[in-house]
Amino acid sequence: MNNLLWLIPALPLAGFLILVAAGKHLSNKLVALTGVGSISLAAVVTIIVGFNFLSSPPEGGAYAQTLWTWMDVAGFSPKIALSLDSLSLVFIFVITFIGSLIHIYSAGFMAADKDYSRFFACMNLFVFSMLVLVLADNLLLMYLGWEGVGLCSYLLIGFWYENPANGYAARKAFVITRIGDTAMALGLFTIYYQFGTLVMSEITATAPSVWQSNSSIATVTALLLLAGGMGKSAQLPLQTWLPDAMAGPSPVSALIHAATMVTAGVYLIARMHVLFELSATAQMIVAVVGAVTLLVAGFSALTQYDIKRVLAYSTISQIGYMFLALGVGAWTAAIFHFMAHAFFKALLFLAAGAIIEALGHEHSMFKMGGLKDKMPVVFWTFLIGAASLSALPLVSAGFYSKDQILWYAWASDKGSPLLWLTAFLGAFTTAAYTTRMMILTFLGDSKTGIGHHPGKLMTIPLIVLAFFSVVAGFIELPHNFGHFTLFSDLLHGVLPSTVLRADESSEWKFQLLAFVATFGGIYLVFIYYYREPYKIERLRESPSFQWLYRFWHGGWGFDRLFDLVFVTPFVFLAKINKRDVVDRFYEGIASVTNHLYRLLSATQTGSLRWYIMGMVIGAIIILGLQIML
Amino acid sequence: MNSSVSTEIVMLLAGLLFVLGITGVVIRKNIIFMLLSVEIMLNASGLAFIAAGARWGQPDGQVMFIFILAMAAAEVSIGLALILQIYHQHKSLDIDKLREMNG
Amino acid sequence: MDIAFYITAAVTLISTGMVITRHNPVHALLYLVISLLSLAMIFFLLGAAFAALLEIIIYAGAIMVLFIFVIMLLNLGEETAAQEKKWLKTRIWIGPAIMAGVLLFELCYLISSSDAVLYDQPNVGPRPVALALFREYLIGVELAAMLLMAAMVGAAHIGRHKKMVLHRFLKEKEIQ
Repeated sequence: MNNLLWLIPALPLAGFLILVAAGKHLSNKLVALTGVGSISLAAVVTIIVGFNFLSSPPEGGAYAQTLWTWMDVAGFSPKIALSLDSLSLVFIFVITFIGSLIHIYSAGFMAADKDYSRFFACMNLFVFSMLVLVLADNLLLMYLGWEGVGLCSYLLIGFWYENPANGYAARKAFVITRIGDTAMALGLFTIYYQFGTLVMSEITATAPSVWQSNSSIATVTALLLLAGGMGKSAQLPLQTWLPDAMAGPSPVSALIHAATMVTAGVYLIARMHVLFELSATAQMIVAVVGAVTLLVAGFSALTQYDIKRVLAYSTISQIGYMFLALGVGAWTAAIFHFMAHAFFKALLFLAAGAIIEALGHEHSMFKMGGLKDKMPVVFWTFLIGAASLSALPLVSAGFYSKDQILWYAWASDKGSPLLWLTAFLGAFTTAAYTTRMMILTFLGDSKTGIGHHPGKLMTIPLIVLAFFSVVAGFIELPHNFGHFTLFSDLLHGVLPSTVLRADESSEWKFQLLAFVATFGGIYLVFIYYYREPYKIERLRESPSFQWLYRFWHGGWGFDRLFDLVFVTPFVFLAKINKRDVVDRFYEGIASVTNHLYRLLSATQTGSLRWYIMGMVIGAIIILGLQIML
Repeated sequence: MNSSVSTEIVMLLAGLLFVLGITGVVIRKNIIFMLLSVEIMLNASGLAFIAAGARWGQPDGQVMFIFILAMAAAEVSIGLALILQIYHQHKSLDIDKLREMNG
Repeated sequence: MDIAFYITAAVTLISTGMVITRHNPVHALLYLVISLLSLAMIFFLLGAAFAALLEIIIYAGAIMVLFIFVIMLLNLGEETAAQEKKWLKTRIWIGPAIMAGVLLFELCYLISSSDAVLYDQPNVGPRPVALALFREYLIGVELAAMLLMAAMVGAAHIGRHKKMVLHRFLKEKEIQ
């Protein structure tokens, strides 16, 4: 049954090809059937393959399927080969399962759009690229998928291209992620130069013997890969594209910019964990990047008024948690948080999309409000998602995954109190902005009338995702309640377990502190925004708070900084060199020729007499010279 | 027999004829006159060949003259055809009016 | 003999000078014929009797006839007839006639006298010329034949009566 593996990426590709070739001639129903059907079939195949994989694990924990040789140049012969192990199994499960739910949702959400088939074609291509990314057995094929998802992200952010701002957001995302991609390509060159192969299993097997621990080459390579991950996963300082990427349709934000593509960086680092383990510096940088990002993005999320931008910043923040986990060596915790996050963030984005659609494309939370009774299904599912995001203890998936990260940030041998403190503050912030979003959107007075309610196509995926947002947490429980480790056991074939420096017995103290952080955040915002709103009004009037508000709202001024440091000098240089310096030389040649031509053409009077005179004078000169010399 | 007429004198005559031909080409406006002047120039050069051939008692001078004749015949036929055509198209043989090919 | 040469040379120069100064093309042609005849005389004096014959037959005969034809073609209608009368005035033809008479007299004298050649060199008769032409200069003959052929085709093509044809560039110019 494992040999059905190739079908998983092939089905979305087939869907994409059909939609590209014939999408314009198909009815909307057929388009939706193709788009949704291909992903759903892929999900079914994934479940079959996954079940088979789990019931009879292949030797070495990985199943490889070589389809054909991509190219063969001077000993460099990358294969189009798929490799399935437990890590990629988790990823393809999330991609196809959540992907198919989001596709079903999109069939309802995009129903009125004139570019229905283009949307599904791009989405199918995205799922295909993402599956290639996680199933690739060598880094080159993975890079193909990596660039493929970047392309689809660009296409889908700029999906409503009539608005120039959307095109700008798409270009911004493309260019900024390209910075990371370039670094990653350099990393691949280094790896190939050092190992002579790009097959991941060979690299991870030979790296410890080829490279010494903490050697500079290992650090550099790991950092180059990290830069690639930072670009794709919107980590500091390459995070500025993700909030703008919300210009795309909501299902796109849910699938690409929350559940799957932005976590490609997490996948890359987890997949290449051997390289990172070889360099303590690189791994510490991963942790620091994640920690700083989660705080920066968390505070920014507190001040946004566009509901999707809140979710975008929270995505950056949550991926920051994953990076933090990777940095402290809590590999399985990072992947666990990835999975939980994929469920609840997709849910939140889809619910937000339903709200925005119902209110007639209203993004501002301050114009929402009072939707609790008007859209009960959306409210309850959103509430479950929000609870999971703010890590509401015991009942949400987010709690179990985030609690694990918090614990490892302290207790891992690479963790430190400072990292734990940032994560703790982040948890507090997360709870605060989530509650703020809930209150502004669903409580209070209604400010905008509801257009049409979301149909069944849209609500069913919400309910399914809400269910998983709760249940997904229970497959991995902390040792002090239940000690159920299904998920980490699954992944231990691929990822090493975390080395602890502290005693497990103190874990309950940190869990208690996490309770406090979550409830503190919720309580504080509840007081300020709901119970006693005049307090927040008073706070808003103080100038220092206003400055802070603007600073956070603008994403800590990173856009301004990049404009100042990169864009302005570049534009300035381009402006002064508008008339290319090198061109001056060639234009000079052209103008000299032109002038000479004018000079000569003046002698062409058309008068035969002048020509004859010229000839006679010439003959006289020649004869005269001959006589004289 | 001896003669005081040296080849130089004949050559001088040929040169004078040639200069007369050139003068004709340059000073006349009518194309027919220009063509006539060209004929004079050809004749002058023919004279120079004949004189040189006679001086050395070689047939080559006359051979060249025959070639010049052939060339002159060709040139005149083409030239006259062109004159006819120019007259038909422009209703004028004034060379100063036929200056459409100015640069 | 010298005196004959100088007289002929004078006739040549005068008639040629008249050619390039006439206003009427037919008058100019009359003088050109005299010029060609006197040149033929000089050729004869130089011992190139064959060349002199060719000069008269081809130049004064064929080529001049061509010129006259063309001039006639270009002056059609009654105007021409009126002009014809003017041309045939005595004043017009007396000059060429006198010069022709001089040449005729010279010719008669030269033919009757025994030593009709300027130089000591033996005469170059038609025989060595023909031998040289068809031996050393055979290629030249072939080329001259091709040239004449091309000239004939070209003249036939160019001389066709056509409506006024403008090149497309000139047409565009005119439209503008």
